Amino acid sequence: MATATDIQAHDVQHDEHEHEHHGNFWTNYIFCQDHKIIAKQFLITGMFWALIGGLMSVVFRLQLGFPEASLEWLRPILHGWITPEGKIDTEFYLALVTMHGTIMVFFVLTAGLSGTFSNFLIPLQVGARDMASGFMNMLSYWFFFLSSVVMFSSLFLSMGPASGGWTIYPPLSALPQAMEGSGMGMTLWLVAMALFIVSTLLGGINYVTTIINMRTKGMSFSRLPLTIWAFFFTAIIGILSFPVLFGAALLLIFDRSFGTSFYLSDIFIGGEALPNQGGSPILFQHLFWFLGHPEVYIVLLPALGITSEIIATNSRKPIFGYKAMVGSMLFIAILSFVVWAHHMFVTGMNPFLGSIFTLLTLIIAVPSAVKIFNYVTTLYRGNILFTPAMLFSIGLVSFFLTGGITGLFLGNSAVDIQLHDTYFVVAHFHLVMGSASFFGMIAGVYHWFPKMFGRMMDDRLGYIHFWVTFVGVYMVFFPLHYIGIAGFPRRYYTWTSFETFNSFADLNMLVSVAAMLTMSAQFVFLFNFIYSIFRGKKAPANPWNATTLEWTTPRNPKHGNWPGEIPTVYRWPYDYSKPGAKEDFIPQTVPYSETPESNLPQENELIKLEVGDSDSIVVGDKQH
Amino acid sequence: MTTEIKIVEEPKKPLAMHPRKFGMWLFLASVAMLFASLTSAYIVRRAEGNWLYFELPDLFYTTSLVIVLSSITLQWAYWAAKNDNLERVRLLVSITAVLGLAFLIGQFMAWSDLVNQQVYFVGNPSGSFIYVLTGLHGIHLVSAVVFLLIVLRSAYKFKIHSRRLAQLEMCLTYWHFLGGLWLYLFVFLILNR
Repeated sequence: MATATDIQAHDVQHDEHEHEHHGNFWTNYIFCQDHKIIAKQFLITGMFWALIGGLMSVVFRLQLGFPEASLEWLRPILHGWITPEGKIDTEFYLALVTMHGTIMVFFVLTAGLSGTFSNFLIPLQVGARDMASGFMNMLSYWFFFLSSVVMFSSLFLSMGPASGGWTIYPPLSALPQAMEGSGMGMTLWLVAMALFIVSTLLGGINYVTTIINMRTKGMSFSRLPLTIWAFFFTAIIGILSFPVLFGAALLLIFDRSFGTSFYLSDIFIGGEALPNQGGSPILFQHLFWFLGHPEVYIVLLPALGITSEIIATNSRKPIFGYKAMVGSMLFIAILSFVVWAHHMFVTGMNPFLGSIFTLLTLIIAVPSAVKIFNYVTTLYRGNILFTPAMLFSIGLVSFFLTGGITGLFLGNSAVDIQLHDTYFVVAHFHLVMGSASFFGMIAGVYHWFPKMFGRMMDDRLGYIHFWVTFVGVYMVFFPLHYIGIAGFPRRYYTWTSFETFNSFADLNMLVSVAAMLTMSAQFVFLFNFIYSIFRGKKAPANPWNATTLEWTTPRNPKHGNWPGEIPTVYRWPYDYSKPGAKEDFIPQTVPYSETPESNLPQENELIKLEVGDSDSIVVGDKQH
Repeated sequence: MTTEIKIVEEPKKPLAMHPRKFGMWLFLASVAMLFASLTSAYIVRRAEGNWLYFELPDLFYTTSLVIVLSSITLQWAYWAAKNDNLERVRLLVSITAVLGLAFLIGQFMAWSDLVNQQVYFVGNPSGSFIYVLTGLHGIHLVSAVVFLLIVLRSAYKFKIHSRRLAQLEMCLTYWHFLGGLWLYLFVFLILNR
């Protein structure tokens, strides 16, 4: 709807791209159309949300690990949400887990990850001055900002924010009288998510358009860095799946505010029958998970792309199986749309249908395993440089493996009956989706910080950050598998009311302590991040000796990225440690004619074309 | 002189389309997904039973005719723009906008027909779905009419001619898409009542 006119509005602005912008503070840093500034806006907003989401998890871990402790000291922050006995209010506990999920999945790992790195890297790595539409890009951020404001304000409602779980299943979420959080909090949740969807679609359309249409000379699809491939698939998945969430949310809004019965039927509250007849709550689950499962890959794929880049660069080796990497991402992207019902095995689904979804789900293990294999073979016998970014990337591979393996259990419709909605599920997706993607995001920050801010982050603080976080994450989520297998359901307020689960009290204490430790390590990162922006060592133009185009820009690229002409690309992005080459990396901008010592026979063939055909290139240019 | 390999391997500009037109297609893909999800929801819900049967308003046949006509007039406007016949472009774009508004009014009147049949927005989902599908389609059509007016403004400012067709082309794509979408929804509703 909005897009059509936005594109028109941009007509006017497009011509200005060529020359420098000399705006004031507002146009340079706030309502800015430069993709690099927008990326930083996404990053900082995402970090703000990560902090809130993380602190929320610490609060509910306090309750789970130390059910007897008095939380009176939290009263200055939480006020009425602490009961007179010094406990967390039970409804507020549900709000905490709901908001933790919503914030982490959407605001941190979708907007914070995709928003930051797609915006920052796509134009820089494909060799474009900016996004296809800077105006739409700016709108994308401001819709996200607006959505953030709405979601944030819902935290301060006297009735509390949404608390029906991040999956907002009706009828709990559809009936304001069902629980306190289903009132105004849920309304604001839906408004915020609608704005968020608009933001994601504006961003996604821009990313795909830029990748396909704005590549520099010579940047064929087979020469795209894997990061770009990952962002490309992510954006396509988003464009196809977020409208479905919009549809689901729209029907839910109608049910809540207009009295329709899409998801409601035969409900009694307080002994009174509601008028709603003929709805189906399962319908919502189908619609929600049709987004919800692709959403997992929207979160994960960018992190995998970032990791591919960092692992190849810091192993000083070409990525193993470039085409297999692209192919497996494509395969994952396609499969992500046909597995949604594995979230719904216990909804009374036809067992035959269940076995089909089991099969499709287990097939995802194949491309995932291909990716892990390729990461490991890239590392194998490389000259590995353990930069913080590299450590976090290796950490991602580790989480992707350990978390992914439990997916094989959960994807099985028979096993899932036992494990459904237990802490096993929580452990699984926190490792494979949450921690893995978070590590990818952090790795990306460490790796591209020099390009973003022109300074280096401190390595030693980075190492401390990595080891505490890495060990902490495993200490949090490994024990949760045991608790889950024992059958403890997620989202429950307390353990101690059940005799069976009393024996897990010490394990829970360990998990909570580990969670606090992990959270505290993030402040090391935060300090490092902010300190380095202002006081970090000045970065060289290409600190990691990487081959991709973004490192050919000046230290602090201005709007337009390259001061002169956009560089031309002559080779793929992974020419690391090429036998015979003078250095252990050859940037994408170096033609084969300049590297006769390292060329392979088929590449020497290309030289003749490069040299002998220079006239026709000029002719080609004139035609454009 | 030029062999086939050269064409592939030269550092030349890779495949590229008009970025905004391309963005428009992506936008249409997301709209298509929205309606695909709602019509699938319709099928899933219908299969569960407890489904109210009623007659679709006959007015839908008229509005379908109107929207097909409007697609024809806009296509005609595009051909006129290709021949630099600006007068005709303005006239035809205006006619299309009027037909679009007529379609919207027709859809609204069809809603009153539904109400006369005791089919309300609030009630059995079989009725609610019709309101949601037609309403959402209507909102998209309103945005397309706004787009038409922007095109009309450009046409009056001489910004549309045979060498500057992008805006009109995008509008045309959107308009045809919404026309096709309505026909799909109508046929879908006839087949799945």
